[in-house]
Amino acid sequence: MYRKLVGLTAAVAMAANVMGTAAFAADTIKIGDINSYKRLPGHTIPYKNGAVLAVETINAKGGVLGKQLEMISRDDQGKPGEAIKIAEELFTSDEVVMITGSLFSHVGLALASYAGQKKRLYLAAEPLADALVWGKGNRYTFRLRPSTHMQASMLAEIAAENPAKRWATIAPNYAYGKDAVAAFKKALMAKRPDVEFVTEQWPGLFKIDAGAEIQALEASKPDAIYNVTFGGDLAKFVREGALRGLFKDRMVLGLLTGEPEYLDPLKDEAPEGWVVTGYPWYAIEEPAHKAFVEAYQARWDDYPRIGSLVGYNTILSIAAAIEKAGSTETEAMVDAMKGLTLDTPSGSITYRAIDHQSTMGAWVGTTTVKDGKGMMVDWAYKEGANYLPSDEEVRKLRPATD
Amino acid sequence: MSFLEVRGLSKSFGGVNAVNAVSLDLKEGELLALIGPNGAGKTTCFNMLYGQLKPDEGSVKLNGRELIGQTPRKIWRMGVGRTFQITATYASMTVMENVQMALISHHRGIFSVWPPASRRHRPEARALLELVGMESQAERAASVLAYGDLKRLELAIALAHSPQLLLMDEPAAGMAPKERVGLMQLTADIVKERNIGVLFTEHDMDVVFSHAHRVLVLNRGEILADGSVEEVRANPRVQEVYLGGGSTFGEQGAGSEEGVDKEGMADA
Amino acid sequence: MDFFIVQILTGLSNAAALFLVASGLSIIFGVTRVVNFSHGSFYMLGAFIAYSLMTVLPGFIGFWASILLAGVAVGVIGLIVELGVLRPIYKSPELFQLVATFGVILVIQDLALLIWGPDDLIGQRAPGFEGVVKIGDQLLPSYDLVLIFLSFLVLGGLWFLFNKTRVGILVRAATQDREMVGALGVNQSWLFSGVFFLGSALAGIGGAAQLPKGGADLLMDFNILAPVFVVVVIGGMGSIPGAFVAALLISELNVFGVQFLPQSTLVLMFVVMAVVLIFRPWGLFGRPEIVGSHGSQGPPEAPLRAFSGRLWLALAAAVIALTAVPFFGGTFLQVLLADVIIACLFATSLHFILGLGGLVSFGHAATFGGGAYAAALLVQFSGASMELAMLFAPFAAGLLALVIGWFCVRLSGVYFAMLTLAFAQVVWSVAFQWGEVTGGDDGILGIWPSAWASGTTAYYYLVLTVGLSGIATLLFMAYTPFGYALRGGRDSALRSEAIGINVRLVQWSAFIFAGFMSGLAGALFVFAKGSIFPTELEIARSFDALIIVFLGGVQSLFGPLAGGVVFTLLQDWLSRFEYWRLFLGLMIIGIVILLPNGLVGVGQWLRGRFGGPSNKLEEAQEEAG
Repeated sequence: MYRKLVGLTAAVAMAANVMGTAAFAADTIKIGDINSYKRLPGHTIPYKNGAVLAVETINAKGGVLGKQLEMISRDDQGKPGEAIKIAEELFTSDEVVMITGSLFSHVGLALASYAGQKKRLYLAAEPLADALVWGKGNRYTFRLRPSTHMQASMLAEIAAENPAKRWATIAPNYAYGKDAVAAFKKALMAKRPDVEFVTEQWPGLFKIDAGAEIQALEASKPDAIYNVTFGGDLAKFVREGALRGLFKDRMVLGLLTGEPEYLDPLKDEAPEGWVVTGYPWYAIEEPAHKAFVEAYQARWDDYPRIGSLVGYNTILSIAAAIEKAGSTETEAMVDAMKGLTLDTPSGSITYRAIDHQSTMGAWVGTTTVKDGKGMMVDWAYKEGANYLPSDEEVRKLRPATD
Repeated sequence: MSFLEVRGLSKSFGGVNAVNAVSLDLKEGELLALIGPNGAGKTTCFNMLYGQLKPDEGSVKLNGRELIGQTPRKIWRMGVGRTFQITATYASMTVMENVQMALISHHRGIFSVWPPASRRHRPEARALLELVGMESQAERAASVLAYGDLKRLELAIALAHSPQLLLMDEPAAGMAPKERVGLMQLTADIVKERNIGVLFTEHDMDVVFSHAHRVLVLNRGEILADGSVEEVRANPRVQEVYLGGGSTFGEQGAGSEEGVDKEGMADA
Repeated sequence: MDFFIVQILTGLSNAAALFLVASGLSIIFGVTRVVNFSHGSFYMLGAFIAYSLMTVLPGFIGFWASILLAGVAVGVIGLIVELGVLRPIYKSPELFQLVATFGVILVIQDLALLIWGPDDLIGQRAPGFEGVVKIGDQLLPSYDLVLIFLSFLVLGGLWFLFNKTRVGILVRAATQDREMVGALGVNQSWLFSGVFFLGSALAGIGGAAQLPKGGADLLMDFNILAPVFVVVVIGGMGSIPGAFVAALLISELNVFGVQFLPQSTLVLMFVVMAVVLIFRPWGLFGRPEIVGSHGSQGPPEAPLRAFSGRLWLALAAAVIALTAVPFFGGTFLQVLLADVIIACLFATSLHFILGLGGLVSFGHAATFGGGAYAAALLVQFSGASMELAMLFAPFAAGLLALVIGWFCVRLSGVYFAMLTLAFAQVVWSVAFQWGEVTGGDDGILGIWPSAWASGTTAYYYLVLTVGLSGIATLLFMAYTPFGYALRGGRDSALRSEAIGINVRLVQWSAFIFAGFMSGLAGALFVFAKGSIFPTELEIARSFDALIIVFLGGVQSLFGPLAGGVVFTLLQDWLSRFEYWRLFLGLMIIGIVILLPNGLVGVGQWLRGRFGGPSNKLEEAQEEAG
């Protein structure tokens, strides 16, 4: 026992040593990246590829403030507690100047809380929870991707133009699903007080019992359906629903359904005629975007997903913020992030000073199947700024004043 | 003066009478053997006396207090100790600690935190170990003891709360002949010295005839004979039952086992 | 009416995959007594392998050949796992194997990612069964009928196997009495291997057959695991008709639950399992005698020894070293060590009931997360200080343990484990579902320490003080009469009852005390991280503690400490690599095989290998002290 404890102490001391020497090379700017690379690799790996591409592109042009960018990526195992520990390590041992990343909302929220407490900058890349910038927002947290509220509002706008009165919703039984349904209902009811919601289905996340859910939806005889399921749940829902004739003569809205991450696995079974938010990377003709797609394909021999674009824009945002701040000091970077405007492959975006949400938008269009693949057609880019609440409303939503 | 009075104890399993109207008395200072061929109902009787099995009918009175319907724990508190056919001791404790646990429980100290268990009631525990001749092995783990020593340890544990009645289920089973004699002699001494009553079941007729003060013969759940060793030995019905049962009367090998109870197995 | 018929048929078809996987698990458990947690991985592999086969084998025959071949392939993989991982540790203590099978899960997860990539695969449709059948005005996919047919086919096939063939009758005999089969002259190794092949193949076929209804993805293994265990436990472990009835019951309840109580989807089956276990502790078709005759118990534990002078010295040195860390170590080292101490306290509290009491809880996260949530809720709703919340948390967790324990201590072995798991899932779903209070999976945020403890070093000292006090209290309790009575109840409940000790009361009290300490660990955790989410109540969290305890060594008081240090540091270190789960899984398997007594047995093992001849038991005693 005695020897064991001595050995243990020695091991701890050694570990301390290794960690002490990890911090070196002062001529790079280090950015910590925390994401669920093992829990949802289908989403996070394209994200990482996009981010790496941006880092390489920026470094090839001479970096930021004359220094090279370095991104240190770590896996949070999908556990918020783990993410906090890693954040602490990234800041104190690796000496990163800020952190970014995260896909799961709960991990993003945990990191946001950490950032506020420890006064360290966190740019949430992908988590969608509205609370991140509103109810639980703080001075040190910013978000890039259009939030649940924004995307749901885009679809509600379309829904309001449709004559359908009886709506049914199906969403995974967790916070994102609930937010997405609540936001959609609120936005739609505001425009169309005459609609009614005849049923709400809440399958467990990635545990959908598609046949039963469709039976239940069908039984309520809705005119239109609002779908928030994604991933494996979506595939089962679409296949089973098509078989059982659920989508026939009904308007179906799909939140995120048009994103390649979700649409592509469906192949020729992708739903036809759904109105969805998504990312038609193959059809966006803006030169900046075309250049991004080409560079991405050249680097990774793969096409970009929405995560890739978010990853790319994340790094562009960070670089722009550091450039604007002229330093990597946290308070200076935070001040720079507020109201920061930059050009990205998806157009110009601004991080609103009032709530730290970027105005990056989303593409809304109709799904179809072409050459055995799901595609979006008749799409339009919806500017994020148009789907964000007014400053006055934000003040009510966001207790943080800074 | 009988302090234990068993009256009309009956139990049937699925319509078969395992024990039928068994009555017996036990006096202080008496070593009473309960014998009978396999399936005679000895273990069933024992389990009913000790509250592990609920009889269909009958009463068991200890100093006039009813035992039927009490839990084994309560019966133990009323002054009944027990040893098992297959020893039940704490394998992960020392010999001393095994006895200490019984003493701690007797002094209602199970839920106290100080002092540590191994420091409690040591002199008392040592005295008990000396009584059964185990003092030299006090600090050994129970898991490494020879079987005969485990039996002695169990005896010490059973005596820890100075019981008035000791129930011993096949005390000599599984032991070498020499050990058997030793253990039974020890038991007989304790009975005399402490003036307690012992009821034991046994297969080995040598053990029974050389140590028991009185013998009760059970067959098919009923009492066949009750009397002194000589009386029982001479009883033709008893001889018939034993010969018919395929056992040689008077000479028998070690430890043929009757309906081993499941719990005992699991803890062996 | 048509609607109900279609609902019922939908439920039946959902039951098919569940039954196939559950019957495999049940057969394996029934004969080998191995609680095979990697069974869900076999199901996942079946789906992936069949998917790949179907891309090369076209048409009707190709489809069914793929399913069959996937079953055979997964059966062979199961055989490899049995031979390579489990065979060496059959003699280890009861439930030790589950740690090894957890390692197998990690290995298979990363291998599947390596081979099939990260994207979800949508299953091929079944040729000839792409359409629907009309039942009145309702539509039912025709493949649903195929699945229903398949499940009856398998049920019939298994019935035939176990009732009409010699091998099957032997297997059934083995389920009831393993020694007897040995006496009949059957080679037990062959029997175990055969059963593993069959059970795994059934899981593989289950995964393959559900392809037209879903697909293959990397989350399948864990997603099926919980329902399958629920089915096996409700049906009675080892019973195939039981698995069938339970699969049907769960599936139909789900289908109608979706219809009438859409929010119930998460918790329904666990509530059913809890109710069944409370009223029928051995499941619907299980037999009581199976319990208590578990696999090998392992060698007897050595008696506790008082701490030697050297040990006191070593402990003092360790405490001094930990106290000195902020003077020489970086900030992160303090954060990491705080995590280690919290993990050690959590694991030590589990060890208290598992090691000393023999009560293998699969739901210890309930009190850890429960304590964390209690602290967070108090802060959130009453604005209490950290100090007050930390004081409150263990009592709340203890209260939770009091309720859960009251139901659970009446069971033993695997059934005890499963009931604790069910209760933990119920607690999880409350935290997850009751958004207005708990914030749902968005959790409770902004739970930070009081100002004086908010610095990393200050909080490190707080964790060090409170955590080590908690651990010391747990260790101390092992030496009290209470701790002895707990061990006594594990060694021989018969003896305990025969010396007037109320075994259940002792176990219940221990359960509450362990919950209290686990809640304290949860409180330390929540203020270290600043937030709490339902993830801390998940099955995976309970497994963390189990793995730590088994890795460290069940039979030693210091096992959970050794395990906590090694596991936390190992995970922290390995997670820097891309395929860290593969390495972690292999390491767990390696440790389990090479060190059946856990890490604390290392010294013993080394001395056994390289030292002179010595008495194994004396060594074990030295280890314990």
